[in-house]
Amino acid sequence: MAMSEALSTPKAPARWQDIVQLLKPRVMSLVVFTALTGMVCAPAHIHPVLGAIAILCVAVGAGASAALNMWYDADIDARMRRTRGRPVPSGKVAGADALTLGVILSMFSVMLMGMTANWFAAGLLAFTILFYAVVYTMWLKRSTAQNIVIGGLAGALPPVIGWAAVTGTAPANAWLLCAIIFMWTPPHFWALSLYTSEDYAKAGVPMMPVVKGAASTRRQILVYSLLLIPVCLAPAFTGLGGPVYLAVAGFGGAVFLLLAWRLFRSHAGEAADPRNDDGLYDVRAGARDARNLFAFSILYLALLFATLLGEHLAGLNPLELLQ
Amino acid sequence: MSDPIRQDEAAAKTRRARNIVLALGLVVFVILVYVVTVFQMGANVLERPI
Repeated sequence: MAMSEALSTPKAPARWQDIVQLLKPRVMSLVVFTALTGMVCAPAHIHPVLGAIAILCVAVGAGASAALNMWYDADIDARMRRTRGRPVPSGKVAGADALTLGVILSMFSVMLMGMTANWFAAGLLAFTILFYAVVYTMWLKRSTAQNIVIGGLAGALPPVIGWAAVTGTAPANAWLLCAIIFMWTPPHFWALSLYTSEDYAKAGVPMMPVVKGAASTRRQILVYSLLLIPVCLAPAFTGLGGPVYLAVAGFGGAVFLLLAWRLFRSHAGEAADPRNDDGLYDVRAGARDARNLFAFSILYLALLFATLLGEHLAGLNPLELLQ
Repeated sequence: MSDPIRQDEAAAKTRRARNIVLALGLVVFVILVYVVTVFQMGANVLERPI
């Protein structure tokens, strides 16, 4: 935190665009997408205006936890190419301002969620913010190679919040959506970290390739991928997903496993190519397979949730048909 | 050397724009609370004993 304090004295006043960047808008859009899917899949209805405000609360809550993360991690962010341009480490926004914004937005989002939907959804939102900011950012990220496995829960909860906002409950199907994102997170992030591990090592973040090495990381990616695919197929058998979902989950899952297998057999993460030193996502020697899996993992998750969303919006609600 | 007066003007402009955005954020929050309150009361407000 000492470096964080040293970094927190910007020369010029912060621009509003820098404050928006504190909220990680791209992550917010993903959170909105998954929370909306949870909301639409829930076997009940919420007034569209209240539903939109509830989704806004989830988005603002995600932004708040991102601001808290940027405040606390300014020292780490300053050492990594991927993150050194962020508002706090680059000196555009004071660390104290990021903290203040994070705390205020957390309170506003939870309070408004309670008023808009119900206090169970608000409690889940509060738990998610605290889990990301305190458990993941302040504790796990710097202390264990399992940081993104356990911390992934924070990113996996938005569909449950969306579901709870509509029904006031979180049944097994809501947790199934959570489980998909939870199991997807390790292969996704470890594939990325295989070709950015130098950055993490420089910052002292114990990511799996830094602590256990590339071979172990590739093996664990394969294991998690094998566990992920049955979880992704499960909604088709619990009444949450329909035939289109089953086809997308099955075909996409096969491609996912193929890419994970290729990555397992590759030498990704073992050798650095000094010619690619300037580009963050440049492919290190033998790391093309890692990048392929990383890119496909994003597409796969997006397709799964988009299919669920599409099926339910089109009126193909398997849950209601079962009832 | 850059002109300190110009720098002050630029800083004031940046600060003003940021304050406007923050004020708009607060206004939006107030409006949302109002809208939520109206929707939550809904038709129930007409059903209360007079």
